[in-house]
Amino acid sequence: MHYLNLEDWTRRSSPVHAREARVKLAALMVFLIAVGSAGRLPWPVAIALALLLLAGLVAARLPVAGVLLRAGAVLPFGLTLAVVTALAGDLGRGASLLTKSYLSAVAVVLLTATTTLPEILRALESFRAPRLLLLVVQFLYRYLLVLAGQATRMRMAAECRGGRGRRWRFQAAAGSLAVLFGSSRRRADGIYRAMLARGFDGRWPALAPKPFRAADAWFLLIAAGAPLAIRLSPDLPHLGAAWLR
Amino acid sequence: MAPLIEVSGLRFRYEDGAVALAGVDFHLDAGETVALFGANGSGKTTFVLHLNGLLAGSGSVRVGGREVTGNNLAEIRRLVGLVFQDPDEQLFMPTVIEDVAFGPLNLGLEPAEAVERSRDALEQVGMIDVAGRAPYHLSAGEKRRVAIAGVLAMRPEILVLDEPTTWLDPPGRRHLLELLLRLPQAKIVVTHDTRFARAIATRAVFFERGRIIAEGGVDDLAARFRW
Repeated sequence: MHYLNLEDWTRRSSPVHAREARVKLAALMVFLIAVGSAGRLPWPVAIALALLLLAGLVAARLPVAGVLLRAGAVLPFGLTLAVVTALAGDLGRGASLLTKSYLSAVAVVLLTATTTLPEILRALESFRAPRLLLLVVQFLYRYLLVLAGQATRMRMAAECRGGRGRRWRFQAAAGSLAVLFGSSRRRADGIYRAMLARGFDGRWPALAPKPFRAADAWFLLIAAGAPLAIRLSPDLPHLGAAWLR
Repeated sequence: MAPLIEVSGLRFRYEDGAVALAGVDFHLDAGETVALFGANGSGKTTFVLHLNGLLAGSGSVRVGGREVTGNNLAEIRRLVGLVFQDPDEQLFMPTVIEDVAFGPLNLGLEPAEAVERSRDALEQVGMIDVAGRAPYHLSAGEKRRVAIAGVLAMRPEILVLDEPTTWLDPPGRRHLLELLLRLPQAKIVVTHDTRFARAIATRAVFFERGRIIAEGGVDDLAARFRW
């Protein structure tokens, strides 16, 4: 049975998939800093960054609409902040906040869609991220799948006995939340035991760590250099404004 | 020759106070396959979790002549390959080959050697063709065989299988039986399936309320306890 799949995209093949996880992670960090450090993102800069991400998605051979949709998960939070800022009288800053959060989310999805979790975790480990944090991420991810699987099984079992409709679903979901967490916890225990039984010591092993190649250096130069250049380019907002006129 | 597994006076109580094992004595010799019978909750699974050091009760558990302690768990887990009842709990990596290589990599092998061992194990269980696929796309029987490959890749000397025929259709059961008969390791099989046990086990023991209350041939015990 197929419950939830977060890794289909990472199994594809593309020049972006082939890159070493550390360079992709470093490029993402630079992108996020470039976006986050701008107080108010000028529209030409935002458009240039969006085009850069689009180029990344095309190079990674990912479904653009699917990635944009997945990144949309951040919109409720970004929208709330934007509305609060707009209500405080600064509509431009609100719009900028929403744009920045969405662009950042697309960049994160681009990384996670082209890099497996073990690769990302190893890259974070090599960047000296705290072990405890990495362990939490590992298990959070694994148990998210467990929770989704359990929820799907429970929904199917309920629907088999005639439960249908949105209202019913809401009531059933509220009522069965405790059961869901109880049974998921049991299952999570089982998974952890199975991992221990095969020698798990808190480190997530990667089967084939990619070697650092010249192409990785070029990728880093372009993927980290471009957002920085866009962000720091003093003329870009003026050029954009002139073009819009 | 010393037994591969020697357990004496093993007792275990869960945190809620429930007594799961109330003094178990057991041994497994090289080349043997022992079936563990008993009702649900009689302590069979709790018992086998001790063999791999996943639970630690009072009493003595010796594997390959070594007492199981917190200091030698890595070696004990290499010696005793435990195949869980639910393969979905055992298969958690994105692809079959990565999952099978999980154990060898944890043993500290280089990736190339881990891949080689994993491919050997997948060949052994007849699943090399699915090496690149995601585990959750496999059938119950295929998942079971991949789970066994994940354990075989660690080159264990003892295989412990917890209800291995659960969710298997008759062809899946037959394939599993043929596979297990081919494997040279000594085995402990927790099962309710007497036909399966009859075909594979050289001896059986019967658990009741955390104790082994009888030992003998599979047919003898099945008849005696109307199993």
